[in-house]
Amino acid sequence: MMPFLPELSLLGAGLVIFFTCIGGKDGNTVKNIAITLGALILVSSLLAFNQRQELFFNTYRVDLFSQTFKVLIAAAMFAVLLLGKRLDGLQQKIHAEYYLCLFMSVLGLMMLVSSVELLAIFISLELSSFAVYIMVPMRDDSGRYRFQMEAGAKYLLFGVMATGFMLFGMSYFYGLTGSTRVDVLIAQLPGMFNHPTAVVATVLVLCGFFYKLAVFPFHFWVPDVYEGAANETTAFIATVPKLAAVALLLRFVSMVGDNGEALVNILILCSVFSMFYGNLAALVQKDFKRMLGFSGIAHAGFVLMGLLVFHVTGYAHALYYICGYVVMNLACFMVICSVGTNGGNVLIDDLTGLYKRAPLLALTLLIGLFALAGIPPFVGFMGKFFLLVDALRKDYLLLVILAAINTAIAIYYYLSVVRVAFCSAEDEQLPIVTPVHMKLLSVVLMAIILVMGIFPSQFVRYAENTIQSLM
Amino acid sequence: MDQLLTYPEFPHLLSILIFLPLAGVVPLLFINNDAFSRNFALVVTAIVAIISLRLVTGFDTTIPHFQFVEDHTWIESLNIRYTVGMDGISILLFLLTTLIMPFCVLASWTYIKTRVRTFMICLLIMETSMLGVFVALDFVLFYILWEAMLIPMYLLIGIWGGPRKIYASVKFFLYTLAGSVLLLVAIIWLYRHNGFSFHIPDMMWADYSFTAQILLFVAFFLAFAIKVPMFPFHTWLPAAHVEAPTAGSVILASVLLKMGTYGFLRFALPITPDAAIYLAQPVLWLSIAGIIYGGLTALAQQDMKKLIAYSSVGHMGFVTLGIFVFNLQGVEGAILQMINHGVTTGALFLCVGMIYERTHSRDLLSATGVGKYMPVFVTFLAFFSLSSFGFPGTNSFVGEFMILAGTFQLDTAQGKFPYLALAAIPGAILAAAYMLRMLQKVVWGGTDNPDQSWQKDLNIREIITLAPFLFFVFWIGLDAKIFINMMHTSVAALLDKLHSHHHQALAAADLILR
Repeated sequence: MMPFLPELSLLGAGLVIFFTCIGGKDGNTVKNIAITLGALILVSSLLAFNQRQELFFNTYRVDLFSQTFKVLIAAAMFAVLLLGKRLDGLQQKIHAEYYLCLFMSVLGLMMLVSSVELLAIFISLELSSFAVYIMVPMRDDSGRYRFQMEAGAKYLLFGVMATGFMLFGMSYFYGLTGSTRVDVLIAQLPGMFNHPTAVVATVLVLCGFFYKLAVFPFHFWVPDVYEGAANETTAFIATVPKLAAVALLLRFVSMVGDNGEALVNILILCSVFSMFYGNLAALVQKDFKRMLGFSGIAHAGFVLMGLLVFHVTGYAHALYYICGYVVMNLACFMVICSVGTNGGNVLIDDLTGLYKRAPLLALTLLIGLFALAGIPPFVGFMGKFFLLVDALRKDYLLLVILAAINTAIAIYYYLSVVRVAFCSAEDEQLPIVTPVHMKLLSVVLMAIILVMGIFPSQFVRYAENTIQSLM
Repeated sequence: MDQLLTYPEFPHLLSILIFLPLAGVVPLLFINNDAFSRNFALVVTAIVAIISLRLVTGFDTTIPHFQFVEDHTWIESLNIRYTVGMDGISILLFLLTTLIMPFCVLASWTYIKTRVRTFMICLLIMETSMLGVFVALDFVLFYILWEAMLIPMYLLIGIWGGPRKIYASVKFFLYTLAGSVLLLVAIIWLYRHNGFSFHIPDMMWADYSFTAQILLFVAFFLAFAIKVPMFPFHTWLPAAHVEAPTAGSVILASVLLKMGTYGFLRFALPITPDAAIYLAQPVLWLSIAGIIYGGLTALAQQDMKKLIAYSSVGHMGFVTLGIFVFNLQGVEGAILQMINHGVTTGALFLCVGMIYERTHSRDLLSATGVGKYMPVFVTFLAFFSLSSFGFPGTNSFVGEFMILAGTFQLDTAQGKFPYLALAAIPGAILAAAYMLRMLQKVVWGGTDNPDQSWQKDLNIREIITLAPFLFFVFWIGLDAKIFINMMHTSVAALLDKLHSHHHQALAAADLILR
């Protein structure tokens, strides 16, 4: 039972929340129960950290790789629960249902990182996706614009399409090897890469995770979903699933072994287009969440740079980068959830005078955005630097130069948000009251951004060990 | 590693100096009290300044090696190390920084009225990163500190700046950052071609192909020329200077601009020697353009800070001119002029800040005729103005003279007519014209002076702030030998290697052509 503890506790949490929604408790009780459960899930994932076992006819592997990701996912989920405690983007009567979906989605993600069989991967992915498909349109429709419905529909349709691609690719894998087990694939696939089917199959399977990570040709849902979903839901979509997506991308890319050359050009194109598309589109955004959505596309392009070198250090740096990205993004979404009034969206102009209204939030925003922009000494810089070094080691000079130019483009829109936050408003604004748990969370997030940026050695070494356990 | 000498008597001297200001931030985070913040920041910067004097006694001027070296593993996987050390080129700039910081705190004593604690935190973080930049011997360490200082500087301008602070701070940030992204690519390229090491001394005098050198030089040039700023890249400077609070202007003028020219000396010359020599002519003429353009623009300014900002463009033009003539007088003059500019222009910004605190205007017209009521102030202003245009006996005279002598020598050594030196000389005359114009207006003005009789002359704190600057103006002006001695060995070794390397390259090219 121990190896399966995080998943079991998530299921249990889902049941508890399920009964609270029948009981019709008032809003605050539900929130407190959810946060307590979130803490318990985090603890259980830590307890199960050292477990190593194969379960369910060896389709489910509990190892260093999966347990690391489970802890990361649980921690990110706990942060999302904390920063979304106000949850005023949703009507109070559906709060319990929201938490139920959230826990189910996280359950899917946790199962995803442990699955070592294609069908198990597919089922976990769908479990995590379907919960989110429901969460997006749950937003309170006070303005009667129903744009959360549009967001939900887009998320669903693109998601289903990407899943279709992935299933198709998986069927090719089965056709090539006669097995759906990942360890068989790892053993057989590297010998087959002279065969175009193997390349096509890998690309198709990667598509499913490109969609989750919002890489270039599968990014269309991002801006509308980020804008249309409630702030708290967006905070979740922008962080937790990306961890799992990178985990699975790493799993599949590491399958390729040293035969990556056939895939490299495709990945380079995806990476460069993601960066340019995301950064250029983010330049003109007025809605802060939408801007972060586009910036997320650009960051996904950077993560791909770590994958396309087809080397352990590159994978480790991609893992380091995505962890850093999640923390930086959480910092930004914490500010969004605190600044937004009545669950409304936050325009960039709404942040005017933030440093007078809430100095701590302004500092969090400053550090979060400068870290996203890749200014040292924050984690965003170190991550980008590592990835650039990896790419240049493989002599992708042009890619590195294009990525560096993108850093310069990106700084403009991050800076314009910081600029707004640090200039005074014309009319007097009310100070924002930051509850204690938010203050603590913001200090913790800032500390992680700094420490990961200044002392990355331990993290990178750990990430390398984790990746090694995949091979 | 034979280039690196440790300092056993005081092994962590440099690290202590670099990180003491950062450690000083910690108490400030917890104690929110304006008076305490001021006093504490002053004490910390003063302690750093005093400890840094130890460098002077410990520094061996007879050898060109890096001294006071500390070397620790930092990021193992990429072989990034924490390596710091200083030679004759960096010691003066390092000391300039440590010595000027207490006066930046003093200058902000009453000038900064809001968020004093945050301001002092920014100043202290600035000091750490500035000191680190001048002694970093690992390229990643250098780059991180070089970029990290943008954030506190951005806040200094953006929060405590003048009316157009947002525009100025964003422009400053974007220019500097955009300039240095290619520097990062260059750094990684060098790492790849140097046995996966970011150690700067290893990168120097290596044999890179000529094309690679040109590309590296372009990357270096963009980053450093924007920071200097050289002529076509200078537009961020007046905006940033004008809007920054006094301490910010002083830091910008005295230290930040020097990082660009320091970068040329530390990286562009030793790492890309052939490209530097090949591309020297355009750089020299850009310097001349900066000298003339800065002078002419300064002549037309009504805003005192803008006037001094444009004069900085001219003065820094002299510095780059001196560096790229590649002879002893020129380069030594350039380094001396970097120090001089730090002293003189820093002091001038302090003077303007003091006027601004009284009249709340930087307009020349509102400050006319204060000489009658503020005799002490105009005495200081007069000496600093004289120094700014290189009056004999003051510090800038020595520097500019050496640079011009070096420029003449460059042309005459090649048997050419000295166009370059002749083109630079009007800059010196222009400097006299715009500084005297400002001085005349401030001291005497005309018949229509505003009523200045309510003006109070400098108080003790302000006199203490300005007096050391004046001391250095005359010390360097009358006895520059001490300062030149400190850098001489390092500069001579640098130029020696530069020319021998170039001759080898020429000989090799010759051989191939034959």
